[in-house]
Amino acid sequence: MKLLYFAWVRQRIGKAAEDVTPPAGVGDVAALVSWLRARGPGYALAFADLDAVRVAVNQEHVGFERAIAPADEIAFFPPVTGG
Amino acid sequence: MIRVQSENFDLAAELKALTRGKTDIGGVVSFVGLVRDVSGGAKVAAMTLEHYPGMTEKQLAAIEAEACARWPLNASLIIHRYGRLLPGEQIMAVVTASAHRQAAFEAAEFLVDWLKTKAPFWKLESDGASETWVEARGSDDTAAERWGKE
Repeated sequence: MKLLYFAWVRQRIGKAAEDVTPPAGVGDVAALVSWLRARGPGYALAFADLDAVRVAVNQEHVGFERAIAPADEIAFFPPVTGG
Repeated sequence: MIRVQSENFDLAAELKALTRGKTDIGGVVSFVGLVRDVSGGAKVAAMTLEHYPGMTEKQLAAIEAEACARWPLNASLIIHRYGRLLPGEQIMAVVTASAHRQAAFEAAEFLVDWLKTKAPFWKLESDGASETWVEARGSDDTAAERWGKE
């Protein structure tokens, strides 16, 4: 699956995008976040406070309970501040 | 109509283009957001807007469609810029046109309120020495929530 990171989530993780193949048991966004957290200190820092992180799957705002599939584009970012 | 762009825009020209040939419009409301030179008491020397290409356009189009479903609009426009902007520069604009003013005023407010909480943009402010990500404001959520759910 394709992962995208924006704003300070991108800065903490140190990259804007990556392709990952999580283990079969990772079936929703929450499980993906748990798996990502273990990948390094940048990920742990980015996902330290999930109240401050929003997620989109295939460019739609969703909750952390949202189911995910290998072909999905999943983006993590802080609450938006446009306008 | 929605546009996501780095370049500046000319509101007078946009208004003219949007209403050209439409003689059933009774009123046009426009809102333009500008970069302030002060944020939370701190000086702002420049602002950089990051966005999520693809999702930004989808979200803005969905917000515009929602406004057109709720109010009888003859025309509408959302422009949002990205990239590095200086104080005084235009960030975004919404324009709504309707037969009567109430729909145009309400729809314009709705568009600004909703895009502030749904469109994937992030502001990075610089005071010249250090950079800070602008934090989302609870008052923006409150403003968006008064319009109810999708």
